[in-house]
Amino acid sequence: MTAPLAFDLVLCLLLIGVGLAAVLARDLFAAIVLFIVYGLFVAIGWVRLDAVDVALAEAAIGAGLSGVLLLRAAGLLGQRSEAPAQPPHKRHFGSALPCAAIAAVLALLSLLLPDTIAGLRGPVGENLAATGVGNSVTAVLLDFRGYDTLLETVVLFAALVGVWSLTPDQLWGGRPGLKEHARIDGVLTSFGRLLPPVGLMIGVYLVWIGADAPGGAFQAGTVLASVWMLAIMAGLVDAPPVSRLRLRLAVAVGPLLFLAVASAGLFTGGFLVIPAAQAKTIILAIEAALTLSIAVTLALLVMGRPRRPA
Amino acid sequence: MTAPVLYGLCGAALVGIGLYGLVAGADLLRRILGFNVVGSGVFLYFGSLAARHPTLAVDPVPQAMIITGIVVALAGTALAVAIAIRLHDETATTRPPGNAENRDARDLR
Repeated sequence: MTAPLAFDLVLCLLLIGVGLAAVLARDLFAAIVLFIVYGLFVAIGWVRLDAVDVALAEAAIGAGLSGVLLLRAAGLLGQRSEAPAQPPHKRHFGSALPCAAIAAVLALLSLLLPDTIAGLRGPVGENLAATGVGNSVTAVLLDFRGYDTLLETVVLFAALVGVWSLTPDQLWGGRPGLKEHARIDGVLTSFGRLLPPVGLMIGVYLVWIGADAPGGAFQAGTVLASVWMLAIMAGLVDAPPVSRLRLRLAVAVGPLLFLAVASAGLFTGGFLVIPAAQAKTIILAIEAALTLSIAVTLALLVMGRPRRPA
Repeated sequence: MTAPVLYGLCGAALVGIGLYGLVAGADLLRRILGFNVVGSGVFLYFGSLAARHPTLAVDPVPQAMIITGIVVALAGTALAVAIAIRLHDETATTRPPGNAENRDARDLR
């Protein structure tokens, strides 16, 4: 066995171990922390599979934002309930068996499939020049399969509408989350001052470089969202009321611009057809608008519904 | 055995583990966590198929679809968490409705 394969084997065993620990942990807080660790291991797995774009998305969104979301929820529920401590799972052998069976079938299929799958590498490589971008994943996301990304931004928007619609009537239009009380000289406040400039630069860099190297609107949007949330959690800025017009414009500008470009294509070639001559400019413009919308939407999704008046 | 096959097997195991968390989790947050483990298992399985080539780089189309999937999973998670919190506001529990312990907790209240 070669050294890289041995590394992969250890990583896979760690993934299974940490994943199992996260699902079975007695304490909810421990389960969520294990889940964050698990997400980082998955990201390393993506690097090993040579999928750096996915690794960035997994580390930022899968481990980072999902972890924050679950931790905030656990904190919010823990604060106000005097419920008895969570008992561990009742060990359900009845449900463990079908789960193991499904895993076994998937594993068997994975062994039966051929070792070489050509996939769509060829067509993507041949047509990459027409998109004006050098990163084939960005080309697929914004050009070849643009409708996926367009609908995805609509899904994010719909999820935000869904979260906001859970607001009780008297709080409608208020500010999400509870008022943050961070110590002025505490670690969180220092990080809240130190990290945003660095994070802003990394975010802008990730959009720009995403045209030719791993990166892009989703990864950059997540970095910007976390910077904003950090500043809010450190008490440096307050969460905006969800009825503010500028906020709603920021949420909508990305999908709207994308939709406008897609519809403009109807006059030149078809829905979502981007003219090859200006492809790079158009893709970068869409990416820039999407980054802003994704950053604001992701942060608002994690902050949840309004919990206090504006 | 090659690395993609190994990650495919790992993805299959993670789907099983996550499914168990999804059906057997004692409260809704744990079930949401299990749902996310299923998601990353499916993505790893799919991504390992995209890497099955001895010489060429990873197929970009599955990669793009996985990135889309990760974002959609987060949107679903955020909505599910918001619904769980609202359920907690209304009933002071995050146990799934219909659970026997859940009915006990409501009686105590």
